[in-house]
Amino acid sequence: MIADAVTAGRLRRARYRSRVIWTALALLAAGFAVTLMLGQSFTPPQDVLRVLAGHEVPGVSFTVGQLRLPRAVMAILAGLSFGLGGAAFQIMLRNPLASPDIIGISSGASAAAVFAIVVMGLDGAAVSVFAVLAGLGVAIAIYALSFRGGVAGTRLILVGIGVQAMMQSFISYTLSRAPSWDLQEAIRWLAGSLNGAQLAQAVPVLLSLLVFGGLLVLRTRDLEALRLGDDAASALGTDVGRTRALVVVTAVGLIAVATAVVGPISFVAFLAGPIAARIVGPNGSALLPAALVGAALVLAGDYAGQFLLPGRYPVGVVTGALGAPYLIYLIIRVNRTGGSL
Amino acid sequence: MTAHTLCVQQLSAGYGDRLILEGLDLDVLPGRMTAIVGANACGKSTLLRSMSRLLAPRGGQVLLDGKAVHRMAPRKLAQVLGLLPQSPTAPEGITVADLVSRGRHPHHGILSRWSRSDDQAVAAALEATRTADLAERAVDELSGGQRQRVWIAMALAQETDLLLLDEPTTFLDIAHQVEVLDLLTDLNQRRGTTIVMVLHDLNLAARYADHLVAMAAGRLHVSGSPDEVLTAANVRAVFGLDSRIIADPTSGRPMMLPIGRHRMAGA
Ligand SMILES: Nc1ncnc2c1ncn2[C@@H]1O[C@H](COP(=O)(O)OP(=O)(O)OP(=O)(O)O)[C@@H](O)[C@H]1O
Ligand SMILES: [Mg+2]
Repeated sequence: MIADAVTAGRLRRARYRSRVIWTALALLAAGFAVTLMLGQSFTPPQDVLRVLAGHEVPGVSFTVGQLRLPRAVMAILAGLSFGLGGAAFQIMLRNPLASPDIIGISSGASAAAVFAIVVMGLDGAAVSVFAVLAGLGVAIAIYALSFRGGVAGTRLILVGIGVQAMMQSFISYTLSRAPSWDLQEAIRWLAGSLNGAQLAQAVPVLLSLLVFGGLLVLRTRDLEALRLGDDAASALGTDVGRTRALVVVTAVGLIAVATAVVGPISFVAFLAGPIAARIVGPNGSALLPAALVGAALVLAGDYAGQFLLPGRYPVGVVTGALGAPYLIYLIIRVNRTGGSL
Repeated sequence: MTAHTLCVQQLSAGYGDRLILEGLDLDVLPGRMTAIVGANACGKSTLLRSMSRLLAPRGGQVLLDGKAVHRMAPRKLAQVLGLLPQSPTAPEGITVADLVSRGRHPHHGILSRWSRSDDQAVAAALEATRTADLAERAVDELSGGQRQRVWIAMALAQETDLLLLDEPTTFLDIAHQVEVLDLLTDLNQRRGTTIVMVLHDLNLAARYADHLVAMAAGRLHVSGSPDEVLTAANVRAVFGLDSRIIADPTSGRPMMLPIGRHRMAGA
């Protein structure tokens, strides 16, 4: 029976997909545990657990509780946000280059954050709100600038790359005006860094994941329908305009709130979707897996930057080194296929 | 089955500030097969897109069972009215089974789960279009004709009472064209599905349609039974082509033989 074959195929794809997701979760949990135990020194698991349970352990509480834990939590939350937001844009615009960190949205949020902190002296939630508004503003500006009776993918990306360059120079300029010039801060707002992460900063990022991330994931099926083209998506009952608006707002929200804390960690949003798509294959949407890949990238990139490489590098420098070759590869491929991807 | 009514009233629609359709009226015959014919760029796809809510009207309206389609919830409309666009794009790497399954989209809410009846609808669509043995293949690796049948399967899986198809026979060889039209006729006769299709082959249109609609420059030129519509005068007016109409010996329907400048016997 054909129906039996269809059922079997569907169950096989669902099983494969959940195996991928559970494996990724297990790997993330393992990575999280390793970063808590192993830094410059080794902390035995029982001590880590006691610190997590709120006990005071001499010589361990500070390292684990104040340094490693906030860093690892922040890495995972920011990575989830970047992975989800990036993949949402790529899926919606049907183009791997259309990721917020390529088309200037992440830099826009970062520019707003650094302006709010350095020039306006704000902190906390106000910075996040500022970053989200700037991210939305950049998204709307790119759309308006590339709209000519319809939005062509290539034009949108070229406009976005231009906006990205403007935002980067705005960040550099603002930093150069800062009363106390600080290289660490500069790198955070230009490339992203987890240095000095605190648990309190995780709260807005967690909330944004729950609200924006939740809304986005619930709409996975509509988002996936957009990949069939506007006509087919609409014929299948997807409200194309409303879905687009929801995706832009939630994805920008995810990217901007995380960026307001850790900066625009280079290429995580850009890399997570394609890696997830490669792993998941034709077995369902890459959206949720992209979040897990994003978290793994930030966690591993930060760990490598601190302990595995000669010298210490902020996470954005490590992920940037990973992403750059892929970007070049994609651009070469676009050129070969005549720009249509 | 309930026969839905679909009426186009004084419809004007277009892109940007260019109007393509101007004051077009059309009553789709419930439970019958309608074929729309007309020259390239005369607005056939624009009409289908307006009828399925993809394009908002500038004037006039499209009524499904008396309600304006543009004010209906997209999902509710998609449970009743399906559309196969003229040139849909398949995402890279998507498999046939996956694409056809997307036809079930309007029957699911945010949290509803996939059920056995969805699988049966997908299987029936694969079987009807003879694409079951392609199920695990990637759509972008198929031939143009195979791909077209897969898209038709997706529209069938949607199980709508009304089905609009924009050139469902492009890319198909003649045997597959006939097969697709037979398949749509089966659907029409067995389930009472109302079919509206854009076709370029006038003879196949006249043979398969109960109702033939000829468009010219954004207007309805003439509509009626194939015998009324497929006349030499209408072909001349709509396509600017001289022709001779004979009775198709296999179906009794009218059949058009084009008259060009060359290779005419006795010319
Ligand atoms: N998205 C669009 N934006 C602007 N103009 C469009 C768009 N789609 C179609 N048109 C224009 O509208 C007119 C009618 O196009 P339509 O696609 O309805 O023609 P058609 O009758 O389906 O032609 P064909 O037989 O070639 O498919 C054409 O002049 C076309 O250039
Ligand atoms: Mg057309």
